[in-house]
Amino acid sequence: MTDVISVPASLDEQSFESVIEQLAPLAPDAKVLVDARHCRFATPYGLTALLCLAQSRAEKADFAPPEDDQVASYWARSSFFRYAEELYTMRGATPRPRASGDSDVLLEVTPVAKSEDVHAIVGRIQEKATQILTSKLDLEPRATMGFAMTLSEACSNIIEHAGRGGWVMVQRYNWGKRRVGRDVVQIAVCDAGIGFRASLESSRARALADRWDDAIALESGVIQGVSRLQDPGRGQGLKGIRGYVHRFDGKLTVRSGTARIAPIIPEWDEDLPRQDALPAFAGTQLQVIIPKRLARP
Amino acid sequence: MTHISVHSALQASLNAPYSDLVTRRTGAAVRTVIEHQLAGLADGTVAFLDFSRIGVLDRSCADEFVAKLMLPLTNDHPSRDGYVVFHGVNEMHLETIEAVLHTHGLALVVQFPDGAAHLVGAVTDLERRLWELVMREGCCAAETLAASVGVTPEEARAQLDGLARRRLLRRDDDAFAPLGAAA
Repeated sequence: MTDVISVPASLDEQSFESVIEQLAPLAPDAKVLVDARHCRFATPYGLTALLCLAQSRAEKADFAPPEDDQVASYWARSSFFRYAEELYTMRGATPRPRASGDSDVLLEVTPVAKSEDVHAIVGRIQEKATQILTSKLDLEPRATMGFAMTLSEACSNIIEHAGRGGWVMVQRYNWGKRRVGRDVVQIAVCDAGIGFRASLESSRARALADRWDDAIALESGVIQGVSRLQDPGRGQGLKGIRGYVHRFDGKLTVRSGTARIAPIIPEWDEDLPRQDALPAFAGTQLQVIIPKRLARP
Repeated sequence: MTHISVHSALQASLNAPYSDLVTRRTGAAVRTVIEHQLAGLADGTVAFLDFSRIGVLDRSCADEFVAKLMLPLTNDHPSRDGYVVFHGVNEMHLETIEAVLHTHGLALVVQFPDGAAHLVGAVTDLERRLWELVMREGCCAAETLAASVGVTPEEARAQLDGLARRRLLRRDDDAFAPLGAAA
């Protein structure tokens, strides 16, 4: 028997929770069909998390791609199918990626498994994104270096701690009609690895904690800079990400296991700083949103 | 005095045409190459590490490269009798380097494009004032500097000894001198 997991029409960080809720009651080896036929929009978080979903299943999952040609074409251009075809059994045709001059995809879905991948990602983002970050988001050239650093640190964490490869994607959006009222760039870095809780199981924070769960592990790692390694220089990567996101009025959210934290919530958005007891999902999923810089008064 | 290109060390260590110092693995590899180069220098040599062709420097890499390069040089039993000055760092490099230096209580000398040398990292106000005096005046005895910073000669000597032990100044018998051309 195959359980059908419906992908919402608009797939982003929040709506991916509905996908996790459908998966949660199922055994890891249950056969599932991820049905994205009616999906019309997906963010970098949504696309990379779908790949993590496939990685998290003991039994290879089936995947029904979007029926809408334009949506499917975008997913193809974003390199989603390139990797989905390896991880899922596809139920339905997928278009071949065609060049479109779509400059809003700053970095297509890209695997992160080894140090060389991070070098390639940082090189590509500088090559492709600098012009967009400076012209569309009004960021100073120096800020684009911080952007690349954020990417490199987030991707490095997968290599150092996740225990299996993950995915990164970067996209620009015009959010003129949303509350933020300006262009933004979204970074999603997702993996289906061991997650913060297991990674920090041997840490001093774990030894000293009265209670230990995914939320505490997330806060220890992301906010307090705790690492599983005793080296005092560890934990600086996430500290650097937090500093960059805060400085550029961005938003940072991290989900791992059954918890999600939003350590940096800008004034232009609302969110819960911490959510516990969510349905479990493998690994760690990080999202950064950097908005267009406001002109100084 | 000798010049070491960090960019060349990066390319040699990874055997690839990268210009960015990212990931801990890269930091460790570059450090190993540079430590090997430093080990071949005569005692007392000032090595200028040139970052001028380096793009992104992230904190994890900087911790693995910069902090772990400096730590063995500055403890009570230094791994070698030599000095390191950073050169060609941009504003973003400097911010990252300072962050990792503070984490480890380290400091180092950075030479800016105009030739001026600056002390960056974890130093007290008194240490900085004494260091700047030595940079301005050249080789000085502690007694000469003490009055300028309003401390006793003993206190000035203790502070200057600390700076010399951290490889931020050079000892010259009873006096203290700037590092190489950084003066």
